Amino acid sequence: MNLNKVLKGLLVAVPVLALAACSSKSSTGAGDADTSATNQTVQVERVDPAVTAAEQMRQKMEALRRENTVYFDFDKATIRPEFAEVLQAHGEFLRSNPSVRVTIEGHTDERGTPEYNIALGERRALSVVQYLQNLGVSAGQLSTVSYGEEKPVVRETNEAAYAKNRRAVLVY
Amino acid sequence: MMTKLLRSLFCSVLLLVTVQAQASLEIIITDGVDSARPIAVLPFTFRGTTLPKENIAEVVAADLMRSGKFSPIPFIKMPQRPSKSAEINFSAWAREGVEAIVMGEITEVGIDRYSVSFELIDVLKGNSGISTQMLNAGQLVGSSQFILDARETTINGGQFRQYAHRISDIVYEKLTGERGAFLTKIAYVLVRPNAEFPYQLVVADYDGYNEQVLLRSKEPLMSPDWSPDGTKLAYVTFEKRQAQIYIQDIYTGRRTILTAFPGINSSPRWSPDGRKMAMVLSKDGNAEIYVMDIATKALTRITSHRAIDTEPSWSPDGQEIVFSSERGGNPQLYTVNIATGDTRRLTFEGEMNLAGTFSPDGQSVVMVNRTNGRYHLARLDRQSRYLQVLTATNLDESPSVAPNGSMIIYSTMHGRSQVLALVSMDGRFKARLPASDGQVKSPAWSPFL
Repeated sequence: MNLNKVLKGLLVAVPVLALAACSSKSSTGAGDADTSATNQTVQVERVDPAVTAAEQMRQKMEALRRENTVYFDFDKATIRPEFAEVLQAHGEFLRSNPSVRVTIEGHTDERGTPEYNIALGERRALSVVQYLQNLGVSAGQLSTVSYGEEKPVVRETNEAAYAKNRRAVLVY
Repeated sequence: MMTKLLRSLFCSVLLLVTVQAQASLEIIITDGVDSARPIAVLPFTFRGTTLPKENIAEVVAADLMRSGKFSPIPFIKMPQRPSKSAEINFSAWAREGVEAIVMGEITEVGIDRYSVSFELIDVLKGNSGISTQMLNAGQLVGSSQFILDARETTINGGQFRQYAHRISDIVYEKLTGERGAFLTKIAYVLVRPNAEFPYQLVVADYDGYNEQVLLRSKEPLMSPDWSPDGTKLAYVTFEKRQAQIYIQDIYTGRRTILTAFPGINSSPRWSPDGRKMAMVLSKDGNAEIYVMDIATKALTRITSHRAIDTEPSWSPDGQEIVFSSERGGNPQLYTVNIATGDTRRLTFEGEMNLAGTFSPDGQSVVMVNRTNGRYHLARLDRQSRYLQVLTATNLDESPSVAPNGSMIIYSTMHGRSQVLALVSMDGRFKARLPASDGQVKSPAWSPFL
């Protein structure tokens, strides 16, 4: 009786183990084995859930968060033309969602003094604010904070690193 | 003899241990040893059983060397080891070029109580005064001629470093005529990007010993500035994800918020009388200089220009503020008279001049000068208008002048690390204070304590 149970267990377990062992995606081995075992006799389908407005907004914000940085030239706060598209997308989203607020962080590279860079970082953040306001975004949705040179993304001392650190970031 | 040797061995081991445990800022002198005056600091004689943890002579020698004005000779170059001044062979020391000798003794007088005495001896006077001393040998009339100073005090075991700095102050003042700044402190910001609290506000003795963290934060800390009485620091914190100016008592730890206006709250600088704070706010549109009465919080706006105005710093008499402004196109230094509002451009040389700060005598302004894309410290003599570039390090910023005006501490890039460095006011002596771990920035030298 007991032996029978063990044997039955083995019969199930061995192929599963073997499948798991053969699976090339070792990290999801157990899961893969499970589905392929059931796939032999049944097929599972699913219905896409209706996308709610909230979910739509979440997806849009996620996309915006991926493209949320504007870069600047040395000691400058002018928006370069290549970032018009990015800011356009943020502007449209903010205009159609007036309850959403965004903070624009201003950053600089490490050259110059920390206190001067705080002022320069603010000027960069304000350039973005001005740009978004020109697109019709209400001032109440926008706030700024300048971190100057205190929060570099790349801690290196070369022009490539400097270029990545001279930025304004839209944080939702 | 043997016990003496053992004792001194024991002493040097202890010293090494304490150096490793405490000095996260160690000093590397990079320039200016040649011009320093040779001096001898003899090991202090010890009478007692419990050896003090700190070696007074080593601390004094390090202080004098770090001042850039003196070059303590190594023990092996000392021609003799006199235990009292009467035993000094002046001509032997004069032959080594030594112009002064510091010697002293420590006597254990009770549990954790030590009597420390020292003498500062002028070798040149002693060398020429031997004959006068011979005349009245029994009364030692001539001996006072070559003793520039002699003092005795009683301290406990924890006060050796402090008293050693006190001796350095006395020696320095006697030999240079200028007040020593060895009993001062520095505040700075330590950044360890991967730590749980990456930003730390730290206070240490001027030589990097006795480091104490005053504040740990997950968000940036900036621009520490000492109150003129040396008990408080003003600084900028981003802990609320917005710039705010705080005042923190360094002894009680009590923090009070000074400003949290929308936009910039930057560059707090205490007025010389301690009653007002100059600062930069952008609440009215863009970065402008304001002065706040600390007691009433009443604000006076000092600048009004659509260009960036920042980095205020008071003249020692409290009448003027030097600041950086972009009103002429590039950032340059300007002075404004607080009472009249009279504003004048101060700097004309270089692509940029930033972070102006007055020397304690008010006669010069130290700044960060940018020429050919390189940022170095420079000093402008207000009388002659001569601008002298002082440093040759990389991306220099945040200069802070010692209260006696002898030295400037600043932050600079060394390799890929931000470190503190020292340069003398004349630019001849240069040294680096590399941190063992992390980036060190925004140094602020305390007033005399």
